[in-house]
Amino acid sequence: MTDSMTTPAKNFDPAAVWAILEAVKDPEIPVLSIVDLGIAREVKDNEDGHLEIVISPTYSGCPAMYMLEEQIKETLIHHGYPDPIVTTSLSPAWTTDWMTESGKQKLEAYGIAPPEKTTSNKSVLFGGQKKIACPRCKSENSEQISEFGSTACKALYRCLDCLEPFDYFKCI
Amino acid sequence: MTELSKKDALVQYAAQIGDNGLIIGHRMSEWCFRAPALEMEIALMNCALDLIGQARELYTYAAVTQDEGKSEDDFAYLRDEQDFRNLLLTEVPNGDWGDTIVRLFLMSAYNKLFYTALANSKDAQLAAIGAKSIKEVIYHQRFSSEWLIRLGDGTPESHDRVQKSLDTLWAYTGELFTMTDAETLLLADGIAVDVTALKADWDQVVSDVLTQATLTVPADLWPQLGSKAEGRHTEHFGFIITDMQFMQRRYPGCEW
Repeated sequence: MTDSMTTPAKNFDPAAVWAILEAVKDPEIPVLSIVDLGIAREVKDNEDGHLEIVISPTYSGCPAMYMLEEQIKETLIHHGYPDPIVTTSLSPAWTTDWMTESGKQKLEAYGIAPPEKTTSNKSVLFGGQKKIACPRCKSENSEQISEFGSTACKALYRCLDCLEPFDYFKCI
Repeated sequence: MTELSKKDALVQYAAQIGDNGLIIGHRMSEWCFRAPALEMEIALMNCALDLIGQARELYTYAAVTQDEGKSEDDFAYLRDEQDFRNLLLTEVPNGDWGDTIVRLFLMSAYNKLFYTALANSKDAQLAAIGAKSIKEVIYHQRFSSEWLIRLGDGTPESHDRVQKSLDTLWAYTGELFTMTDAETLLLADGIAVDVTALKADWDQVVSDVLTQATLTVPADLWPQLGSKAEGRHTEHFGFIITDMQFMQRRYPGCEW
């Protein structure tokens, strides 16, 4: 810290804290950090002078949230930020739109089809399913097996060309 | 009779909505290792997880509002039968796959309307929980509707059995649209949902799916009431909390 900082109230550098948070990974999808997923929402000084991290759960019942809270605290303490506080915010509700572009690429490379926001497939307008590209062979010739998958955030698909089943990160 | 304070009403209200999620979520979790196919089981467990997650948010809010040093766990594990105010529909046993699907469908159709209304609550935290939960219960409603149509419009046996499930569970649906004193008090401040106003939309949603499923909408007979207003449960409820609360009762304060 130098005396020339324009915001003397802050005893931390937000960019440095965000960089540290990149090290906190989702226990179910270890290639994604909480920053990639858009779970980490805000980094701030709270009234008592503690570093506060605001997080948003993906799903209400996401069992990883408690673990993530502990990991965030542990990682920050390890980097020299004593007594960090983690608070949960439900509003606005988490959405897959908050996932970063690099996060979506990492997800696909890991074998999970990333959430599709828009589609040019007109059959969707008439109740058809969105075409999801197979993360392995990239074919869009896939079908949904179940809207529910191995975790709350995923659905089960099957590629009809390479015949491999795959997870699709649901768009919510 | 003592006057109900607004704070107590809010604690009761948040806990009572949470009770619905916890109890139906617990019932559905009983299907773990027992569902007819792996995909069906995973789907039910996903739904159960959402519902229990919603209950945790509501219990946590009830505990914070109450401000007596309690947590979500006190609400789930250390209250007695009469303290739970869940809808009777959520506590009746799972029965067969058809019974489970009918119950989930009737509740999901209700939850979708309820949480949509709760998202407009003047209480910011309840509104946030409502908005978050809508995204989840839409999935439950779609999943259970598709199964209900498949069973109703399936074989003569599946049709007859699921019609019977519907006829049996229908008696518990009247309670969905009743108001407690706490709800009436909070409704005046724009905090609680007027559940009586949800009935017409619910009837419409339910009858649309039942028509597609070639099932008959049962007549509204004498409704089964008692839990939501007074904590009077079916004979099945005690067994749920015996199972659910055993660890906390035997080893008070035990944690993972």
